[in-house]
Amino acid sequence: MAADTVLSLLDSSAVRTVALGAAGLGLVAGAVGAFAVLRRQSLQGDMVSHAALPGLALAFLLGARDPGWLVLGGAVAGWVAMWVVAGVTRRSRVPFDAALGGALAVFFGLGLVLLTYIQRHVPGAAAHPLDRYLFGQAALLRDADLQVIGGLGAVAVLLLVGFWKEFQLLSFDPDYAATLGYPVRRLDLLLTTLTVVAVVIGLKAVGVVLMTALLIAPATAARQWTNRLGGVVVLAGAFGALAGAGGTVVSHLAGGGVPTGPTIVLCATALVVVSLVFGTARGLAWPLLRRVTGPPPAPGNDPAS
Amino acid sequence: MSYAAEIALVLVLVAVAAACALPGVFLVLRRMALVSDAIGHVLLFGIVLAYFATRDIDSPWLLVAAAATGVVTVALVELLQRTRLVKEDAAVGLVFPALFAGGVLLASMFLRDTHLDVDSVLLGRPEYATTPRWRALGLDITPAWVVVAVLVMNVGLLLLFFKELKLTTFDPGLAAALGFRPGRFHYALMTVVSLTAVAAFDAVGPVLVVGFFVVPAAAAYLLTDRLGVMLALAALIGAIGAGVGTWAAFDRDTNIAGTVAVALGGLFALAFVAAPGRGLVAQLLLRRRQARAFHETMLAVHLLHHENTPEEADEARVDGLHRHLRWAAGDVAGVVRRAERHGLVTHAGPLLKLTDAGRQRAREVLNL
Repeated sequence: MAADTVLSLLDSSAVRTVALGAAGLGLVAGAVGAFAVLRRQSLQGDMVSHAALPGLALAFLLGARDPGWLVLGGAVAGWVAMWVVAGVTRRSRVPFDAALGGALAVFFGLGLVLLTYIQRHVPGAAAHPLDRYLFGQAALLRDADLQVIGGLGAVAVLLLVGFWKEFQLLSFDPDYAATLGYPVRRLDLLLTTLTVVAVVIGLKAVGVVLMTALLIAPATAARQWTNRLGGVVVLAGAFGALAGAGGTVVSHLAGGGVPTGPTIVLCATALVVVSLVFGTARGLAWPLLRRVTGPPPAPGNDPAS
Repeated sequence: MSYAAEIALVLVLVAVAAACALPGVFLVLRRMALVSDAIGHVLLFGIVLAYFATRDIDSPWLLVAAAATGVVTVALVELLQRTRLVKEDAAVGLVFPALFAGGVLLASMFLRDTHLDVDSVLLGRPEYATTPRWRALGLDITPAWVVVAVLVMNVGLLLLFFKELKLTTFDPGLAAALGFRPGRFHYALMTVVSLTAVAAFDAVGPVLVVGFFVVPAAAAYLLTDRLGVMLALAALIGAIGAGVGTWAAFDRDTNIAGTVAVALGGLFALAFVAAPGRGLVAQLLLRRRQARAFHETMLAVHLLHHENTPEEADEARVDGLHRHLRWAAGDVAGVVRRAERHGLVTHAGPLLKLTDAGRQRAREVLNL
């Protein structure tokens, strides 16, 4: 019976669109987020997603109404924010986390200023409520949004695969990479750009505040099942897609009034909890189990034989 | 808005900024800035839960629950970190979005028609700061009073525990060895941050709270090496930003909290560029000074190298230096002029000669 309900839900093209879009952005966010988590830059995604707001607003003020252009505006703002954080950290003694938090707040504040200006002074703003981007309104994902997610997402994944070796080296031993002659700064920039892209394509669905979870949770979950970078990235992408699609379905099953964005995040978090306990590589359950059932008998120790 | 109401609003935001800047200094120094971001976001969850329990939007328990949620969040994050399966920043980024999502979910599902308007919760409602909201102990309490109370508390705690805070922040190992329990101070700080965030949250919303904690403190960090001065400067910068921002917001009819955040950012930018000794300008000037000293030393070395040799007549000629040292012809004049002004060289006809001081400089560099 439950299966029928789910299937009939997926029959609805609106739900299908949303589920597909959410799965797509979950996949990209999860995969790209794996690198951010490994490099201890998890909260970069948080900063970028908040910093995108003034970019979205500015694009809107300049006349953009198409999701593609709005996303581009958000990406540019996120990128500028990352550049500011890097500059401040490099040229002063302000610590990285403080720079992230400060940039987050200042850019978001600017976004709020522009947002309220738009709401009050720009005709036709009500038809394109930008405050949707604050919490996300996955239910409003349309084909145009799918194209943006799919297009940009595909480019991001391709770049990830194409520069795999370089990103791997950059994440684990940037100094060695530098000595080998790799353009470390430029690779770092590229990876940052991918993070920005992964974040902004998800803003409409999940919103500014929650996007960060989709970068961190799938990768954290994946890390508990494997010790290999390739495995983590692939699994993170899969978990992200699962959370996206699953969250969409669950929120629709639960009836109207249940926002999809938070549901997706909670799905992703559930995956993390399950993985932390049962993950085959590092899960907490296994040492516990071993302690309860005792060590396996060593061969040749059996006094009976 | 009446003039009096505007003034009151400016004062509220100044108080919020000052109250946040003080614990913010410790957050920046202890590299815990993003915890304030997390705490700000999870307050909503606490408020929603408390609302379910009390069904009273004006109950002061909502505030208590919010503050408690902040501390619980920190505990959860550390629990996660202790499993060693999750890194510090990832743990923060897992816990608070989950709790925030939970809060938004519950609020959207069950609190549709209440005053818990999620949109205004995110953006803050400083305009209502002077309207009585809660009733406790027989008094009508406004959010503004809560802010003032928290400010007084923060200043008081700071004065009482300044030495301990200083020690546990800069040398937790020594603090522990001396019996100061840095762990307790850590949790005490988190509690203070939570309480401050609750007070600030109503005025500026959960997201900008982190800006109020971090930005003035970061700016102050660039301006001084002394903790006491840093605290005072942070509070001052926060107050100025809040004052300027709020006035600008009135003038332009923009979102108040957002404008203040931008103003604070502007003040930080100013400090970043102009801080004496540490700012960008100071760094540029230092680098230029170092480059110039280097060039003068090189000149002295060059002259020493050829002193009292047959080539000196050619190598020490002023108009030929650019060839021998491979410098741009225009630069040579400046270097020579400054070297002469610093007493390293003198002109002897068309040649340049080292003074005793110049010779000594060259010898020091060459380790002769």
